[in-house]
Amino acid sequence: MPVSDLFRPLAALALVALAAMLVSVSVGSADLGIGDTLSVLVGGGSELHRTLILDLRLPRTLSAFATGGLLAVAGALMQVLLRNPLADPYVLGLSGGAAVGALLAMLAGAAGFLISGSAFAGAMLATLLVFGLAHGSGSWTPSRLLLTGVVVAAGWGAMITLILAMSPASRLPGMLYWLMGDLSHAGQPWPGLAVLVLVCLLVFPLGRSLNVLARGSLQAAALGVSVRSLEWLIYLVASLLTATAVTMAGAVGFVGLVVPHMLRLALGNDQRMILPACALAGGTLLVLADTLARVVIAPEQLPVGVITALIGVPTFLYLLYRSR
Amino acid sequence: MTALTTDNLIIDIPGRAPGSPLNLEVQPGQVWGVLGPNGVGKTTLLHTLAGLRAPHRGEVLLDGRALGSLKRKSVSQQLGLVFQDRQDGFPATVLETALIGRHPWLSSWQMESGEDIAIAERALQALDVGHLRDRLVSTLSGGERQRVAIATLMTQAPDIWLLDEPSNHLDLHHQVAVMRLLSGHAEAGRAVFMCLHDLNLAARWCDHLLLMYPSGEACWGPAREMLVPSALESLYNQTLMTVEVDGAPVFVPVRS
Repeated sequence: MPVSDLFRPLAALALVALAAMLVSVSVGSADLGIGDTLSVLVGGGSELHRTLILDLRLPRTLSAFATGGLLAVAGALMQVLLRNPLADPYVLGLSGGAAVGALLAMLAGAAGFLISGSAFAGAMLATLLVFGLAHGSGSWTPSRLLLTGVVVAAGWGAMITLILAMSPASRLPGMLYWLMGDLSHAGQPWPGLAVLVLVCLLVFPLGRSLNVLARGSLQAAALGVSVRSLEWLIYLVASLLTATAVTMAGAVGFVGLVVPHMLRLALGNDQRMILPACALAGGTLLVLADTLARVVIAPEQLPVGVITALIGVPTFLYLLYRSR
Repeated sequence: MTALTTDNLIIDIPGRAPGSPLNLEVQPGQVWGVLGPNGVGKTTLLHTLAGLRAPHRGEVLLDGRALGSLKRKSVSQQLGLVFQDRQDGFPATVLETALIGRHPWLSSWQMESGEDIAIAERALQALDVGHLRDRLVSTLSGGERQRVAIATLMTQAPDIWLLDEPSNHLDLHHQVAVMRLLSGHAEAGRAVFMCLHDLNLAARWCDHLLLMYPSGEACWGPAREMLVPSALESLYNQTLMTVEVDGAPVFVPVRS
């Protein structure tokens, strides 16, 4: 595929992403016109508007974009790794591990950074556990990795229920919001955005190798791909992406599954196209979902994971129904 | 052009006693056929020759250099393999499938150029699947997929072509067309090494044969020396009648 073929779809997705972010920072408890919003973004506007947009809404919008992009790229990588379009980071128990980490921190009364750090540690522990167990006596196959992940995820699920059952009632709302995905405590968006951009740049030169790997590991090896090290690399990268996303926003479901699938139906399965497109479209989806989460029952907020599931399930089913 | 040789190679088949060592010399211009009953290790041998499986003992050499000491990428520029089974987990078009054959020849940052696409299209034309270039591989018939797989190998354009049952699923006309294509590429200086189930296809198109027996023994050499009815009868445990047609022997199983 020539580079020019990549440009047009990605430019279109980038424009849509910018428009979504613009909408997201202008609507909320106090609606600003697009004109006011733009004047703030170029350095003008009133003091109140500046605080509202630059200090409150923009960081949250960028966090939503980063989280969605990270999850979608992680999902696309996992699907190539397992040669299964139904794989996603959550199926392999990564978010379960992160959730157990975060909930344990909350149960112990920790707040802020400790919860995030604990979630990150939980996700990485889940990664090592699944890969270590699936590796077993030497060789692992995609089906064995998937089965190990599913069983370990069920184990994490049981631990989550156990923690919820043991927790005092006062802590439950925070825990439930975290489990459903919530951007109101996202903090700084920059680490997540940096990871997203870095990974997109790192993965791009691997794109053609990933295309070949999607045809099966033997075929890939016969075409000169070092399969074992490539598989390790994408598993670690996908885990890092998931851990970063979960740390920012809790367990937001469906983005990693729905976004890559929708893009493959529209754009084909060249990873050099799909991975950056996933970063843009996944980010856009979560920005829009988070905007809805803020305004639907304002001033109350919904967990964003509820919105992604409510949008994602029917869209996915519709596309699946219509596809060949 | 590259030669493929094996030095006392014993392939590794789990749960089976090691067979006799192979010392093959596959030279440019030669067409080799591997014959043997089901489960004798023909596919394992091909995968071992391609460096996808470790041998039990011995070595595979490309132009005298051990396969294990070469980079995977440089191996894949010299040697390619058509698999018997293929995975179609994700949808892909015929042209995209053939284009992956260019992978060994491109650097990480390089996109496929117009020239790469032209190479893939020529290969698809040569295999009579050029008109299917925009179809999804998953919608093709078994024989069409087989020809797309061979076109992918032709796009890869290595010196040594390994093929696992290339005549599978092919109708009579395309069997002959594929065999003619393979022997044409051998005449142009490539080496072809393929597993075949069809004794008569092997007798007609191969100049060298390797017979693999269930006992683990093997013998190899020029085709006319190997096509001895008694040897073939014990190979397949099947009584054969031999007739001569068009200067080549034809083997027909006896109805008992």
